[in-house]
Amino acid sequence: MKILVCIKQVPDMESRFKVNAAGDWYDQSDLAFRMNEYDEYAVEQAVQLKEQLGGEPEITVVSIGPERVGEPLRKALAMGCDRGVHIHDADSSRKDPWQIASLLAAFAREGSYDVIFTGMQSQDRGSAQVGMILAELLGLPSVTTIVGFSYEDGQVTVRRELEGGARSVVRVPLPALFTCQLGLNQPRYPTLPNIMKAKKKEILLVKEGDFALTEGRALTSRLFRPEKKGRGLVLEGDVAEQSQRLVEILKIKTAVFR
Amino acid sequence: MKFLLVAESRDGKLCDVSHELLAFAAEAGAEYAYFQVGSEESLPCCDATLYLADRERYGEYSPDLHKELILAAVEWEQPDAVVFMHSSYGWDLAPRVAVALQAAQVSEVVAINDGEYEVGCCNGKMRRSVKPTTPRVVLTLQSGAFNQKEVSGGTPQIVPLEIEKAGGQIDFIGYEEAEKKSVDLTRADIVVSAGRGVGKKENVPLIADLARALGGELGGSRPVVDAGWLDHSHQVGTTGQVVSPKLYMACGISGAIQHVAGMKRSEFVVAINKDRDAPIGEIADVLVVADVMQFVPALIARIGQQA
Ligand SMILES: Cc1cc2nc3c(=O)[nH]c(=O)nc-3n(C[C@H](O)[C@H](O)[C@H](O)COP(=O)(O)OP(=O)(O)OC[C@H]3O[C@@H](n4cnc5c(N)ncnc54)[C@H](O)[C@@H]3O)c2cc1C
Repeated sequence: MKILVCIKQVPDMESRFKVNAAGDWYDQSDLAFRMNEYDEYAVEQAVQLKEQLGGEPEITVVSIGPERVGEPLRKALAMGCDRGVHIHDADSSRKDPWQIASLLAAFAREGSYDVIFTGMQSQDRGSAQVGMILAELLGLPSVTTIVGFSYEDGQVTVRRELEGGARSVVRVPLPALFTCQLGLNQPRYPTLPNIMKAKKKEILLVKEGDFALTEGRALTSRLFRPEKKGRGLVLEGDVAEQSQRLVEILKIKTAVFR
Repeated sequence: MKFLLVAESRDGKLCDVSHELLAFAAEAGAEYAYFQVGSEESLPCCDATLYLADRERYGEYSPDLHKELILAAVEWEQPDAVVFMHSSYGWDLAPRVAVALQAAQVSEVVAINDGEYEVGCCNGKMRRSVKPTTPRVVLTLQSGAFNQKEVSGGTPQIVPLEIEKAGGQIDFIGYEEAEKKSVDLTRADIVVSAGRGVGKKENVPLIADLARALGGELGGSRPVVDAGWLDHSHQVGTTGQVVSPKLYMACGISGAIQHVAGMKRSEFVVAINKDRDAPIGEIADVLVVADVMQFVPALIARIGQQA
């Protein structure tokens, strides 16, 4: 069995974002980057499937982006993936989901993977499209937003999350693609020995230019900070003062202390 | 301009999204037709063409078939945009349709502006304006972004839709309802919720202490539930409970759209966050910029002095 996991590196969402000089994305300097949260569940699920099958499957983890994308790839290797592929593209943030998925499809087509896992969306762009477009381009059945996964005899049964916490149970034959939702599993922390081992695993570097490129379909013309509409009061200062003020406010505005 | 609006149903019932789709069409000044896999018993109110495919025959989650049905409706209607809600139904189906139509997809639209679509990004901290380059587009709408108070009446003109039923590869087995709630947050007057910002499981009891001091219930954001710090019956948000208390306190919660959807009807919102820019500040009546582990004990002490 061959498993592919597609991951993205995103900035920490607690960062203070600034618009870049071109005005079409955030300025990437001075940001701390990490693996997209949803993708951690994708990596974990791949590793669990490998473990279930006695270590037989080979897991490839792929990511598109600049130099720094090596870090989340290393992390995925330390979590248990076998080999990494870095599709080097210094300008990947300019590509729309169609272009990213087309690039992944060009790569994945050569690998004939049985199972592909992606996150359901990225934390920065949040389009929830790349995994699905990839599946369509490869002609694979796909299911989004999985919160449960089980494999038996070439068949996969997944739970799809719906609004309000309900789920639907769906069965899919392999090969297939799944987009992973938060809570699907408990992503493991790489252990020190595994981090050391991961250093010896291969990360293949390929260039985006090695693949046929496609035109974008939905390009970002402008990135901006939304106008603050909130008229709320902001309490700063030390906690003694803040807590006193908050209690005074609650007394006036709510019935809590009545 | 003409839209094809995709209505949804679950368990045979029309989902309550048609007014949002209609509000969007109205704002765009577009004509529209509807599409639905459902039944005649549960139809959207509108004076428009409705392409209706039979739910018994095509199922409620059979995305390959639903895609083909939508493509058939597109063939008849030749719309400029196919519009879904950004829901578990919409985000699953929209990319399938977009690829087939070779159309741009713009996800989770919150506004339209001069032929461009505005969408949130970076957990709502930033926004993007997106310009499609294809003649036809596929859109998903952020739930709650477009709203129309008065629901226009009318009866749709039904056009039954059928396709050669090529067996889909995805086999829908059934629904599982959310577990029974051991905590009913929807009736609580005061809800105090813990977010990932509380840092670790051992810190959750402190937030529970605050809830108790205020005579309220303990809620939580999704990561706190996913990590097993609280069980799911405490989760507030689109995939948890939707609450509308008199006072909601968000402790270490960033204010992601899916969380806000579950608490935005609260009368008074207090957020405690160390990040002054956290999106929760947009909906909070009071934003306390502080470390939750330092502020909450101070607040509990103050509350104790009130008695
Ligand atoms: C389909 C779907 C459905 C979802 N459903 C839900 C749902 O029902 N409910 C839900 O909550 N989420 C839901 N989510 C997840 C949602 O998108 C967010 O990931 C989640 O709400 C984030 O939770 P959080 O605010 O606790 O964590 P984070 O976003 O990580 O925010 C933590 C916050 O704590 C602050 N903080 C950190 N440390 C401290 C400190 N020491 N003191 C004070 N503040 C601190 C940070 O500044 C930050 O703002 C859903 C997502 C999807 C895609």
